[in-house]
Amino acid sequence: MADLKTAPNIAAPDDFYADLLAAHEGLTKAESDAFNARLILILSNHVGDREILRAALAAAAAPKK
Amino acid sequence: MDQTVETGGRKIFETPLYPYGRTPDQEPGANAHHPVVIVGAGPIGLAAAIDLAQMDVPVVVLDDNDKVSWGSRAICFAKRPLEILDRLGCGDPMVDKGVVWNVGKVFFDERQVYDFNLLPEKGHKRPAFINLQQYYFEQYLVERAFELQRQGKPIELRGGNKVVSVTEKGDGVALSVDTPDGPYTMSADWLIACDGAGSPIRAMMGLDFVGRVFEDNFLIADVVMDADFPTERWFWFDPPFNRGQSALLHKQPDGVWRIDLQLGWNIDKDEEKKPENVIPRLKAMLGDDVKFELEWVSIYTFQCRRMEKFRHGHVLFAGDAAHQVSPFGARGANSGLQDTDNLCWKLKLVMDGLAPDSLLETYDVERIHGADENILNSSRSTDFITPKSEISRIFRDAALDLSERFDFARPLVNSGRLSVPCVYDGSPLNGPDGLAGGPARTRPGAPCPDAPLGDAYLLDRLGDEFQLLAIDADVPDSVEDCGIAASALRISSADDPTGDLAARYLGDATSAVYLLRPDQHVAARWTDYDEAAVKAALRTATGRA
Repeated sequence: MADLKTAPNIAAPDDFYADLLAAHEGLTKAESDAFNARLILILSNHVGDREILRAALAAAAAPKK
Repeated sequence: MDQTVETGGRKIFETPLYPYGRTPDQEPGANAHHPVVIVGAGPIGLAAAIDLAQMDVPVVVLDDNDKVSWGSRAICFAKRPLEILDRLGCGDPMVDKGVVWNVGKVFFDERQVYDFNLLPEKGHKRPAFINLQQYYFEQYLVERAFELQRQGKPIELRGGNKVVSVTEKGDGVALSVDTPDGPYTMSADWLIACDGAGSPIRAMMGLDFVGRVFEDNFLIADVVMDADFPTERWFWFDPPFNRGQSALLHKQPDGVWRIDLQLGWNIDKDEEKKPENVIPRLKAMLGDDVKFELEWVSIYTFQCRRMEKFRHGHVLFAGDAAHQVSPFGARGANSGLQDTDNLCWKLKLVMDGLAPDSLLETYDVERIHGADENILNSSRSTDFITPKSEISRIFRDAALDLSERFDFARPLVNSGRLSVPCVYDGSPLNGPDGLAGGPARTRPGAPCPDAPLGDAYLLDRLGDEFQLLAIDADVPDSVEDCGIAASALRISSADDPTGDLAARYLGDATSAVYLLRPDQHVAARWTDYDEAAVKAALRTATGRA
């Protein structure tokens, strides 16, 4: 069973980050929220593995203060 | 919670079917006693009565009404309940009258995002679902009860008999019943409460009914119209004619259509039910040129809750009285029929002294498992249909948007997960799974799937007693343990021209012996017959292990 990758895995991270921001450019807050939700569902389906999805949900949670 | 108004012409539900008549029980000093009293002559009470009467258990059904249900109410019946009705001798009229459907369409905003076909598996006698008004469903059950009466079976329906008090006495139940001729009392060894979600019996006994109420109201309207809509289930999220809400259109027999419109929380129910308010809503949905007539209108609130225990001494709760779910999944009446299917054979064995009283505790175990499964599925559907936070609506709409372009998103769209029968995994009645390579769908605890058998069907040969299903295996005609027998049903590959039976019951095995319960659930299975193993499983399956 694969683990959630937390080491850097994206080639050219600055380019990816720019793509992400560009995708939201010109969108209203509501449109951006909808875009993000679609993106999360698309990526989640691509991952598929429930173990990794659970680990990702846990990783995304804000650390307890 | 369920408020109804009459809006249409005369229907079967306006005709008294079991009118009040005075009985000898009402004579002074009668001290009437009955082995089993059932309270409530709805679908579940009638099914329980028929099941018990078929086994020659004398049963009296009390209902303060004398007619079938008012309005369509439950309309969608799944394959498993239809199979149970076959065992009860009244599956045919239901399926002959019902509307069979397989195609569903999902709309979002102004467009259709996708459609689906249930693609029911071949080789089953009964379809995946039929739509049928509850009043027809009850009518056919009442007719079956009368047929049993004519055959001399001990079944009695008493309309106009309202239970006003009930006392569980440890070894039986005492009842007071009000009638047009005044009150009378009776006692019973067992009482089965099938008196609906608002169960007066439950209230009289001061029992809990805990769960979750969803803050939303739905208008149900049954309309009669000559429309050329296809026989499909159409579900709308956020349509132009009901902005921000959902809607459902589904066909029933006799040109009656079920329409559900989500209304939101802060509404005046009495106002919304008035035809002058309902009709404009329907015109907005159907278009101005569609001629229709309102048959029945109701407003309900989604809720998912159940009793902590369904068994309270000699009082047993079944159907909506024990558990309630939101609709949109065909889980209400359908799960109630699985309750009585589970309960009646156990009660019979206990009454006959062949099984210990503790067998009835497994009714709780198995049917609470079923109720929890239904509540889980129903709650999830409701959370999808009526998102209660901004972010849940954002994700809901994202799934709907994506479902138009991408297959992957369609399984995320939840407009009601349609009922499938419960597998009693982990039940104390389950024996060994000794069939190496056997299919998972027929593991101990599972309901038997149907399969063609020559030119007939397997399930028509199963039920009402313990059975040994032998496929290409040697078994004796009957095996008995302490008065409980299992009789053999022998099948060879030659009886299985389609291969469905082998696929569903053998898998990779070359022979199989199944011990089956009277409710057509698998108790245990092996590759070959072993008398000691079968007897041990028979004891386990009847709570005597």
